[in-house]
Amino acid sequence: MEASVFSPLSDVERIKTASRLLRGTLAESLDDAWTGALRVDDTQLIKFHGSYQQDDRELRNERELAKLEPAYSFMIRTRTPGGVVTPAQWLALDAIAQRYANGSLRLTTRQAFQIHGVIKRELKPTLQAINAALIDTIAACGDVNRNLLIASNYDASPIHAEVHAQAVALGEHLLPRTRAYYQLWLDEEQIAGTPEEEPIYGPTYLPRKFKIGFAVPPSNDVDLFAQDLGFAAIIENGVLTGYNVSAGGGLGTTHGDARTYARLGDTLGFITCADLIKVGEAVLTTQRDHGNRSDRKLSRLKYTIDRLAVDVFKAEVERRAGVVFAPARIVVWRQQGDRFGWQESAAETPGRASLTLRIQAGRIADREAATNLTGLREIARIHAGDFRITPNQNLAIAGITPDTRAAIADLVRAHGLDLHEHLPPVRLNSLACVAFPTCPLAMAEAERYLPAFGAKVEELLENHGLARADIGVRISGCPNGCSRPFLAEIGLVGKALGRYNLHLGGDRLGLRLNRLYRENIDESEILSTLGGLFARYANERENSEGFGDYTLRRVLEVGAGEQP
Amino acid sequence: MRALNEVWEGAETLEGARLEELDRLLGGLSANALYWTAGYVHARARAAGPQPDAAQPAKASAAAARLTIVYGSQTGNAKRVAEELKERAESQGLNVRVLRADAYPQRELAEERALLIAISTQGDGDPPDDSRALLRFLNSARAPKLPNLRFAVIGLGDSSYPKFCFIGQQLDARLAELGGTRLTARADADVDVERVAGPFARGAIDAAKTLLEVPATRGAKVTSLRPAPVGHSRSRPFAAQVLANQRITANDSELRVHHLELDLTGSGLRYQPGDALGIWPQQHPALVAQVLATAGLDGETAVTHDDQELTLQRWLGEKRELTRLSRAALVEIFERTGNTEGKALVADQAACVDYLAGHQLLDLIARFQPRLSAAEWVSLLPPLQPRLYSIASSVRQVGDEVHLTVAERIDQVDGETRYGVASRQLLELAEGARVPVYIEQNDRFRLPADATRDVIMIGPGTGVAPFRAFVQERASIGARGRDWLFFGHRHLRREFLYQTEWIAALGSGRLARLDVAFSRDQAERRYVQHVLRERGRELVEWIDGGAHLYVCGDATRMAKDVHQALIEILSAVRGQSLDEATAELDRLADQGRYARDVY
Repeated sequence: MEASVFSPLSDVERIKTASRLLRGTLAESLDDAWTGALRVDDTQLIKFHGSYQQDDRELRNERELAKLEPAYSFMIRTRTPGGVVTPAQWLALDAIAQRYANGSLRLTTRQAFQIHGVIKRELKPTLQAINAALIDTIAACGDVNRNLLIASNYDASPIHAEVHAQAVALGEHLLPRTRAYYQLWLDEEQIAGTPEEEPIYGPTYLPRKFKIGFAVPPSNDVDLFAQDLGFAAIIENGVLTGYNVSAGGGLGTTHGDARTYARLGDTLGFITCADLIKVGEAVLTTQRDHGNRSDRKLSRLKYTIDRLAVDVFKAEVERRAGVVFAPARIVVWRQQGDRFGWQESAAETPGRASLTLRIQAGRIADREAATNLTGLREIARIHAGDFRITPNQNLAIAGITPDTRAAIADLVRAHGLDLHEHLPPVRLNSLACVAFPTCPLAMAEAERYLPAFGAKVEELLENHGLARADIGVRISGCPNGCSRPFLAEIGLVGKALGRYNLHLGGDRLGLRLNRLYRENIDESEILSTLGGLFARYANERENSEGFGDYTLRRVLEVGAGEQP
Repeated sequence: MRALNEVWEGAETLEGARLEELDRLLGGLSANALYWTAGYVHARARAAGPQPDAAQPAKASAAAARLTIVYGSQTGNAKRVAEELKERAESQGLNVRVLRADAYPQRELAEERALLIAISTQGDGDPPDDSRALLRFLNSARAPKLPNLRFAVIGLGDSSYPKFCFIGQQLDARLAELGGTRLTARADADVDVERVAGPFARGAIDAAKTLLEVPATRGAKVTSLRPAPVGHSRSRPFAAQVLANQRITANDSELRVHHLELDLTGSGLRYQPGDALGIWPQQHPALVAQVLATAGLDGETAVTHDDQELTLQRWLGEKRELTRLSRAALVEIFERTGNTEGKALVADQAACVDYLAGHQLLDLIARFQPRLSAAEWVSLLPPLQPRLYSIASSVRQVGDEVHLTVAERIDQVDGETRYGVASRQLLELAEGARVPVYIEQNDRFRLPADATRDVIMIGPGTGVAPFRAFVQERASIGARGRDWLFFGHRHLRREFLYQTEWIAALGSGRLARLDVAFSRDQAERRYVQHVLRERGRELVEWIDGGAHLYVCGDATRMAKDVHQALIEILSAVRGQSLDEATAELDRLADQGRYARDVY
């Protein structure tokens, strides 16, 4: 145990230690009728229950003058492994969003639903309503294993279903065991005398968040190497034989702190399906025991691995799991984005089809003609398959039966859900995190800025005869990087309102980090910079060379084999 | 303790620690308890030895030659009438004493010869808090026969309420029933107090003078002994500058409530927590213009009234009530214009009350179209009265400033918006603007002198204002007693007045407890009285521990509901009957431990 090396412990460690397995004073906080906020320590603990306390940052100033506390509200995030929900669950979430939240659903890059704007007094009824729909929010945030990211293109092969099931099993295994969630929100009785423990996590859980992704090559829609722990499904002769395991990915950084960096996971080797849970648990407990519990900026697994060295880390995992990694199998990656539109299903569900819709920045709301929320509600009422959030904030309506196909197509068109038929590639493959007005970390706009920025980039590309260029654009309101901007061909990372760092050089496969190109520039400078680059790209690109590859070669001038 | 030293001039005086000890013992005692203590100490003194000459108490015969003026006042109007009566009486050479109703020694009533009473009626026929004990005494079987008493009563009220001047009428009848004889007929003063108070004072003082046989020669010389008031007062307000004017409800709230900070530097005005600030408002120019247009009048017309010549525009804008009608004004307007529909309205008590509550002058003109001259309007409309706001600051924290909490008074009448005169003006005041103000003392609403006492403050809406002053004061003096605030409004998110300050006070420990009720944050309406009931047991524990209770805010509903809740809480927790609990609450009020500032 190396934990003692890190002292003093961070304040969050104190809070976890004193929390009696995530209870803290949450019950008392909920009863504090004079405030819409939780007590300070409980704002850390609520995360483990799947919620963040936030406030409307645009109202902060005027409310402070008015001697009113900030307009506090809560974001609630679901634990929906692989982002799969039934139509009944969709309708329940839709109703919850309208009744308790701000009337919109937000699809995240981790295949979760988020609702925003729930007030403290209604937290409990909201969580009860979510659970009544057989969805929970346990460990959707906090220093635990988060919602599982699973390759979304299920209809591509029957292997996906197998991977999904194995991933879900791992996720269940890594769930916290505390009954705090059930007692606080679902009125479960506390049974006296039954000792409670966290066999995997221990009483202080992990040093920091922990993210697991499952990819089914050749698609890397989950950005596997951005995960703390990644599993790439290995299919041999049409059979799922096991996984290549990678560890130590993570994109979050801190502006101005050179000790922090984005990092891609290291591939440790191959394991069979039977060893999945043992290896998953071993990686997690190694991080539990060796992660930095003093400085939360340096506590992700990536720093632990770099500190221990990959080989030492790998040996420790092997020792804990009782599994020896086989050499990694060769994997070919072909794409990072989603396949939009209609696709026929795999053989076992004959006649069924799926339809992948473009959802701008993952936000589903009713906005003028684009009555997306209403449209999807209408679809959920007639749909017989399920809904699947993609890791790119888009939505697949999967398992559509032949008899509902025409009706669903009509509803998609009637409610403005047919962006995938109209938008150019650059606007189909963009991502944005939530940022303003609710995210406490945001330094600049992201979700709200994406449509306008996308339109401007589209126009620039048209001006240079590049209208069909498929360039990945990702905007993040801060360097925490929820939209995974450090893997984008064009990445904007918020510095201040209206100002961003411009990153270039991602590979469209999620295998290469991009590089900072211009620091702290405003929109006009971003656009003029991009305009100049597009002009050069239009003239100088080779064959089907992507924009990221081009900028790496000619703009960033990074030599072959050198990691940018 | 200055008063004590004056009384015992020539005798030994207490100083330093002993004086502080005595002060500490007397702290928190009500007027009645202090009188009892005074009697007790007097008896001890007599037993100890002869009294020094300077401290000879007034002879019993003094009552024969003295006029007693008693007032029962909630907002200070009756007190002011009493003081005017006193000035007038003294100028006539009368020997006068003025007492607040709860300071009146009830046992002296039987010997009283000449008594003037000014008493207001609150809300739905309720007495002012300072008069409850005296009225209970008078209405009880213990009340003495008063064959020697000559008295006169002036009631104050608001004719837009059904039981207009009810308490004055009741008191007047009861004194007569006990055998008293009227010096002059009872007078009922409406919101324009002066109109009735002036003639009453002339009649009452003349009669008292005759009764007490004051030689005519003593005349006005006595007045000159009283130094003319140098400070600012109601009649000589100070033009205070606005330092800050900040909305304190969220922008998406339907309710506009502002926090105002005014500068009193150089005014000489001092106030204590519990006092109110009087504001002399001006009518909004748009309203004046609308009234002129609707009544078909020219604002430039010069009108002379009460020896003053002003344009009609100025009369209406600066000197007359336009937003508050009185029944008296209505009666005169309809008499003058011979409007039968109007006469029928004022003849129907209930209908008239309803009409007054929901309408302003503009509505009256639009509906009844009275044709009156500019001069008639000036003489018929009630003179503009100042508006009182409970002060929301303690000088110990804000120095020369005074802070107010002002809610916009706004009504919809037949689809049109009607504003309250002062709130409309105050909400619009820019920083740097000036507004005429004075201090209205409210001795009935004081923190316990003994700072180790706990206080329970019930102040929903703008009723929270004086409690901001209380908490500031108790923080400044480091009061050891605990503070418990009950607040209520519509929504936690939008209308929690001074929320961040209360949360800070909780954090510092100054506020021991904070309980809130937000009526519209759930399906069922929830008010402070509901929260009081939920905290009943702890409330009674605090009360049993000597806590002082304060209620501030709406008189018509809130104060009644809270009063009823307190009775039921005492009854439920102590297992008393409701009557016993009511009596207990009355006792608390008599001891000065249950005080209300309601409007």
